[in-house]
Amino acid sequence: MGLRKFVDKIKPTFSEGGKLGFLHSTFEGFETFLFVPNTTTTKGAHIRDCNDIKRVMIVVVVALIPALLMGMYNIGYQAGIEGILPAFWFGFLKMLPMIIVSYVTGLAIEFAFAQKRKHEINEGFLVSGLLIPMVMPITVPLWIVALSTAFAVIIGKEVFGGTGMNVFNPALLARAFAFFAYTPQMSGEAVWYADSKTGATALEQLASTGDMQWSVMDAFIGLIPGSVGETSTAAILIGAAILLFTGIASWRIMLSVFVGGLAFGYLFDAVGMTEFPAYYHLLVGGFAFGAVFMATDPVTSAQTNTGKWIYGFMVGALAILIRVVNPAYPEGMMLSILFMNALAPLIDYFVVERNIARRKKLIKNVK
Amino acid sequence: MKLSKNFTNPLAANNPVIVQILGICSALAVTVKLEPALVMGLSVTFVTAFSNLVMSLMRNGVPSRIRIIVQLVVIATLVIVVDQFLRAYMYDVSKQLSVYVGLIITNCIVMGRVEAFALGNKPWDSFVDGVANGLGYAFILVLVAFLRELFGSGTLFGFDVLARFGYVNNSLMLFPPMALIIIGCIIWVHRSINKDLQEK
Repeated sequence: MGLRKFVDKIKPTFSEGGKLGFLHSTFEGFETFLFVPNTTTTKGAHIRDCNDIKRVMIVVVVALIPALLMGMYNIGYQAGIEGILPAFWFGFLKMLPMIIVSYVTGLAIEFAFAQKRKHEINEGFLVSGLLIPMVMPITVPLWIVALSTAFAVIIGKEVFGGTGMNVFNPALLARAFAFFAYTPQMSGEAVWYADSKTGATALEQLASTGDMQWSVMDAFIGLIPGSVGETSTAAILIGAAILLFTGIASWRIMLSVFVGGLAFGYLFDAVGMTEFPAYYHLLVGGFAFGAVFMATDPVTSAQTNTGKWIYGFMVGALAILIRVVNPAYPEGMMLSILFMNALAPLIDYFVVERNIARRKKLIKNVK
Repeated sequence: MKLSKNFTNPLAANNPVIVQILGICSALAVTVKLEPALVMGLSVTFVTAFSNLVMSLMRNGVPSRIRIIVQLVVIATLVIVVDQFLRAYMYDVSKQLSVYVGLIITNCIVMGRVEAFALGNKPWDSFVDGVANGLGYAFILVLVAFLRELFGSGTLFGFDVLARFGYVNNSLMLFPPMALIIIGCIIWVHRSINKDLQEK
């Protein structure tokens, strides 16, 4: 408990009127990061849970770790490094600067805004900061990571009032910014390998030739080129299991995204617009990653249960629609989630209105 | 109203673009490069100034019921003058601006100022008001275009500025969504300076 004592000792310095009182938010952020706050709500009806937002976010980070580790190994594997540990170490060293840059940029902005607005530091960035490097190609320059993180945090989040108020998923917004602003650095053949090798991703090969050079098993385990986090469907499924077991992500959204994706995949397969089995879509590109970690974002997804089914189905369906029908974007997941983020409040509105109308009818029938 | 205040007010505190949120459409469309943005701003200034002046001169003679049609005739005439002038002397810019010169007719600032100001004020005041509102619009356009051309193409008025420092062009700046975000940021800054504009 030495740490607790130390924190208590320096607390007055950072409180209102203390020497470093202006850093109050920063101190508060670190204190609640280290210890569960001992304050409880005293008035009104509240559901009490020891799981505060910070811990929810940490669970999501934990759920991301399998995909992250697998992605790191895959960076080394794709670069042709022999052995599991050397390949992993190679990928780890490539990945680490991106993660650091993303966290430092994002947290610096979050802290600055929290100090300026005199509120607590929001925890949301713990997840976004890890997601951002995971949805980018490994060769992306660090300044692009920093710039798109800054864009996502300021324009995507702080403008709307911070964590919990954002309309769009910040990590996807960062990717969208980088994708549209620096297209040559974010897509194409030259960006997916950490060494001088070049080549299209499985997704791009499927889009252009209708076949890929990797086996289905490779795509499932994650031995294909692509953004760091998205390649291993197996590791993503482990993360999904963690999220579902702890009840943090909505199983309705996750399931309906896959259902929507498969439904449209088979539809396009049936009308002959694709030359490969529909389930390939779920294994290559960012489909699984987006479905598990991004579509389920509790802030930007639909809130009502019926709304979640509609939202999820549309995310999956639109992603496949963009992938198959629009040749300019081989990957549709980012655009479809962002688009549905914008529509989520509308879906909720209609679900709620319909519920009200239904219950009004009930009252009339009773009379 | 005092003439000087009449002039400065639309430039900042009551700017037509960032306070009244008028003329956004053209502000997104013609601000990829500085040159067309500047020409567009000056064209709108010309139209607002002279439509205000003409309508103010005629304000006592025009029956209220047909005033909108009269306004449209005046504005459309002025826009055609501008359009022909640009085609004659600045053909390249005119081609870049394409339909947006003609669309000045539908720019809310023009008719808004005629309705809100020129119909109830003397000609000279109305003229100053038109010039000031046009310049307020032009100022925002040039500011947005400055940022977009500088960071999107690395140039200013077509001259190399950033590229020589190894700057990588941000192609998102060339898309209209970024223009909207830039205008949003300008509004953000403007409102944090002028606290009385913030909604409660």
